[in-house]
Amino acid sequence: MRIIPTEEIENCVCRLARKACIRLTDPCRAALEEACARETGAAEFALRTVLENEKIAAREQMPVCQDTGMSCVLIELGQDVLLTGAPLRDAVDEGVRRAYREGRFRKSICDPLTRVNTGDNTPAHLHVEPVAGENVKITFLPKGFGSENMSRLVMLTPAEGTAGVIRTIVESVKLAGSRPCPPVVVGVGIGGSFDSCAFLAKKALTRPLGSANARADVAAIEREALEKINALGIGAQGFGGVTTALSVACEIAPTHIAGLPVAVNMQCHCVRCEEEVL
Amino acid sequence: MKKLTLPLSESQIEALHAGDCVLLSGTVYTARDCAHKRFFEYMDAGKPLPFPLKGAFIYYAGPCPAPEGKASGSCGPTTSARMNAYAPRLLDAGLGGMIGKGEMSEEVAAALVRNRAVYFAAIGGAGAFYGNAVKKSDLLAFPDLMSEAVYRFEIEDFPLVVAADCHGKSVYAKE
Repeated sequence: MRIIPTEEIENCVCRLARKACIRLTDPCRAALEEACARETGAAEFALRTVLENEKIAAREQMPVCQDTGMSCVLIELGQDVLLTGAPLRDAVDEGVRRAYREGRFRKSICDPLTRVNTGDNTPAHLHVEPVAGENVKITFLPKGFGSENMSRLVMLTPAEGTAGVIRTIVESVKLAGSRPCPPVVVGVGIGGSFDSCAFLAKKALTRPLGSANARADVAAIEREALEKINALGIGAQGFGGVTTALSVACEIAPTHIAGLPVAVNMQCHCVRCEEEVL
Repeated sequence: MKKLTLPLSESQIEALHAGDCVLLSGTVYTARDCAHKRFFEYMDAGKPLPFPLKGAFIYYAGPCPAPEGKASGSCGPTTSARMNAYAPRLLDAGLGGMIGKGEMSEEVAAALVRNRAVYFAAIGGAGAFYGNAVKKSDLLAFPDLMSEAVYRFEIEDFPLVVAADCHGKSVYAKE
């Protein structure tokens, strides 16, 4: 049994949020550099601006994008850990609160009906998964809503199969068009239930950009969908070209014999995600 | 690269074509969903807007808080399509144009043509770049909306692409 005061989790969330909002992940930067080299005209102009933007963000310690997002916090909690101190939910929210105040990040969370802002970017979207062992892995994903708004969930029939899954992914990117800040990263959930499928799609976005699913048939879906998306011609910011998506990442889980849920969680080109193991 | 300073004359607007890359300087006003809703309430009640609409440019954006010694925090564009419901009436009332990101509706395109106005796309995700190019910022209205309040910005060399011009052409024609 390992004892961890939740204050350590609060500090970790704060640290990860401060870091995540002001930089792109390394594979994201590399993918954008490659895209910039192959595009021309307005699309190249857009990608060059985005790459220059990250340098300015690093120099000025400013968020890469003003949409510092909804704070998605994914925790893998080892079952041999005993948490002490403030409740976990409070500790996570306090970490978010501090990071957004100290980092001068935008507070983007509001009541869905009255639109009154909560003022501190809380509550975080917290997901805790029990795992074996005595470690705590914390992943912080500031999720912008320009892309989140373009996400979809479709309940396919089993008859539609793999072809239906690929069609749904490509169609979602086509419907989103220029709006989610392409080139996008597409997180896909396949299987599970209505709600767990959507979470699989979000979890897929925390995978290192460009990594393939360990299952060969799933990795094949990722490759085929990416190829078809990049043939759509939407391009960076919708300005045309061959780079509409940087990557497609699918996560899969068993589902019911009657169903084939597919969730598509759209992520803009500004991929920000940090993790740490306590 | 074409350099332009607001306000734009009719001939300057007519010389802009979808796909042109420009560097824009001058005065713009930020407004997002909630601010637009209030603009309409003001207009319905016959009250003046927080800034004179004639020839003005609205920037669809909500900045991060400004760091010490800077005019603005990160401040890239937000998705313009959410303002499809508002833009035509504002253009008909004299708005010179908008800056945002992503395709807008056919109704907006028609209003741009009708009013000799232009819609520029800023590069989404380049918040630090644009925030750094804001040289002066004044809070004009609706402070309760926080980042969604209306700010008057003095901008310098904003990198933009003409997304929809006054000739009815769009950079997003392939969609």
